[in-house]
Amino acid sequence: MSKEHEKGMSLIVKTITRLTVGLILLYGIYIVFHGHVSPGGGFAGGVIIALSFIHLMLAYGREVAFRKLSKATASVFENLGAILFLIIALLGFAGGYFFLNFISKGEPFRLFSAGIIPLCNIAISLKVGAGLFAIFVALVLLRLDGESKK
Amino acid sequence: MIIYLLCLVLFCCGIYCILRKRNIIKIIVGIIISEYAVNLFFILTAYRVGGRAPIFSSEAEILNMVDPLPHALVLTSIVIGLATTALLVAIAMRIYEKYGTFDITKIRELKG
Amino acid sequence: MMKGSIIPLFVAIPLAGAFLTSFIGKKIEKLPDGLGLFTSFILFVLSLSAVRLYNIHGILTYSVGGWRPPVGIGMVLDGLTAFMLVTVNFVAFCIVIYSINYMKKFTSKWKFYTLFFLMLAGMNGVIITGDIFNLFVFLEIASVASYALVAFGTERHELEAAFKYAVMGTVGSLFILLGIAFLYGYTSTLNMADMGNILATNGINNIVLMVSVLFLMGFGLKAALVPFHAWLPDAHPSAPAPISAMLSGVLIKSLGIYAICRIFYNVIGINPVMSSMLMFLGTLSMVIGGLLALRQWDLKRLLAYSSISQVGYIILGIGLGTPLGILGGLFHLFNHSVFKSLLFLNSGAIEYSTGTRDLREMGGLAQRMPVTSTTGFVGAMSIAGIPPFSGFWSKLIIIIAAVQAGRYGYAFLAVLVTILTLAMYMKVIKYAFLGNLQEKWNKVKEIPFFMKLSMGILAFVCLVVGLVAGMAFLTGMDQTFIHRASETLLEGTRYAGIVLKEIK
Repeated sequence: MSKEHEKGMSLIVKTITRLTVGLILLYGIYIVFHGHVSPGGGFAGGVIIALSFIHLMLAYGREVAFRKLSKATASVFENLGAILFLIIALLGFAGGYFFLNFISKGEPFRLFSAGIIPLCNIAISLKVGAGLFAIFVALVLLRLDGESKK
Repeated sequence: MIIYLLCLVLFCCGIYCILRKRNIIKIIVGIIISEYAVNLFFILTAYRVGGRAPIFSSEAEILNMVDPLPHALVLTSIVIGLATTALLVAIAMRIYEKYGTFDITKIRELKG
Repeated sequence: MMKGSIIPLFVAIPLAGAFLTSFIGKKIEKLPDGLGLFTSFILFVLSLSAVRLYNIHGILTYSVGGWRPPVGIGMVLDGLTAFMLVTVNFVAFCIVIYSINYMKKFTSKWKFYTLFFLMLAGMNGVIITGDIFNLFVFLEIASVASYALVAFGTERHELEAAFKYAVMGTVGSLFILLGIAFLYGYTSTLNMADMGNILATNGINNIVLMVSVLFLMGFGLKAALVPFHAWLPDAHPSAPAPISAMLSGVLIKSLGIYAICRIFYNVIGINPVMSSMLMFLGTLSMVIGGLLALRQWDLKRLLAYSSISQVGYIILGIGLGTPLGILGGLFHLFNHSVFKSLLFLNSGAIEYSTGTRDLREMGGLAQRMPVTSTTGFVGAMSIAGIPPFSGFWSKLIIIIAAVQAGRYGYAFLAVLVTILTLAMYMKVIKYAFLGNLQEKWNKVKEIPFFMKLSMGILAFVCLVVGLVAGMAFLTGMDQTFIHRASETLLEGTRYAGIVLKEIK
């Protein structure tokens, strides 16, 4: 690994990344929050959120990306997503059925509607976003370790 | 009918790739191909003639929509495929670290 | 609270255990052990109370999220389910006790417990679900966790075995998914009871036959029947000993045999072609597994091949289709879970103390490790089918059932393989425990307390089940707990009617 490579890609890529990465993250969050009224949802939104961090890592190198979202934080978010999802399911269980939709459904096609589904979407997006980022990091760092040994 | 048979052909391509190729990465690609063939087949079973995408909207009512259930199921199976593929790639990278090769004819220390 | 509200807890509790372990367990050293012990103990108690609930109320169902099946996902607790839940959770509890000491030599225990409980959640999910796609999802959760657990040591052999296992397992899952796609296209429902109803009214045709073959390939691969067995002798010995015990003891049974039973008996409905196919594959696994096991010198490989052989017995009993055959098959399933996990834990104990798995290097270990050798002796005698122990009765029932059904050839082969099994376990006892103690093992110590405790419990169960079964065999067995499990299968496709009635 050369030293320039550590710092990331060329100036053009870095500039474009700086301009777009926030929009990508925002779009992912939009997809998550509108999962129950339009196509998309927790998984798709989570993938887009993870891609924004992967984008950052590809353009600027891993140090910058880790400053935004470190491996430990990603792991915490991943577990938080899973536990949140399970808690939502168990709250429904306390109300009668596992995964019962216990919040009022509201009016269709509004942002605040559909009961627990938006909450589930948020939990899933946390899990998927952090998990996909962690998978990417695990695969990339493993390769770096292998090469540095040689 | 022909479109279902093409799915089968794609599935067989994947299986051929798994059985015949020596490179670990190519085997993983073969698994991905046959997985997508199965997903494609599942999606095709949902199709109704002239059906539209199963999305409700407040503006217009959709009368003839395709079966939405297989879409949800295939989404689940894609997620499972993602997990399996990530695990396989991770194992393949570790194997390369230990054995220094991707050739399965050289990675034969266990005789099943 | 409704009657069936215990059912989803079998998935929720291990999932909660897995995520809590990975969330807080990595910071505190002792916590994963305590949390693991607590979770698995609760699951074991719950599975016992599930049996009690079934005995009081009969079949219980649960609809997830309040959506009634066949629209929503249904969960069913019937005799077979209760029986499998007790088997799985009992073995898992013993294995967690054992892991407290054994897994010390690995660095990250919390990862082990996380994967272990994910696998347990998958297995419990496969058992309790009443929805065929849900079954596939849980099957994949359990499989993916087990691929990772086989590679847990990340040494050369572990990785190679895990890759082989993962590739073959994924191909098997693809066949299952293809079968589910065909069935959904044919019946337009995913609920197993509803599906069984529709298939029973439409009768057998080519699509159903093709789906049966796809399922037989997919689930046969998970159960390691003989043409699809190549992954098992590599994967099971490579994993750490508790995981070998879990994989050989319950994973191949809940993912493979339970799913075969459920789908072929209760959904598709057994027919003579399917039945003779199962019997043929079972006998083939029995004979080939036994012959291959005989020439192994690696202790864990020998045990793995012997698993293939014993799974053959179970499939033979279930394939017979007579009440006695199914009873024998399920009884052997329970026995095999107990004594095969015991034997794998024993091999782990020997490896823990001496560091070797090669039978030729051992010898005289009975002098230095009395508990290990006593429990190992009980396990070996059980699996070989020596009268007071449990394995004898289940094999006897299978052989009697085969004779009653007029399958004399299969019965003869079953007796022959019993002798092969006895021979291979005599070899284990002779080379590992008896004989002269070699110089280099003079300083070998007995294993720590929790490992002894877990192996003691399993050996005790072998003995007690053998004695109780002997009593029941001599006095007639009508109301035993396995009897109820086999009744569920004998209901056949009428299962659909019973379950659907319970839902409404």
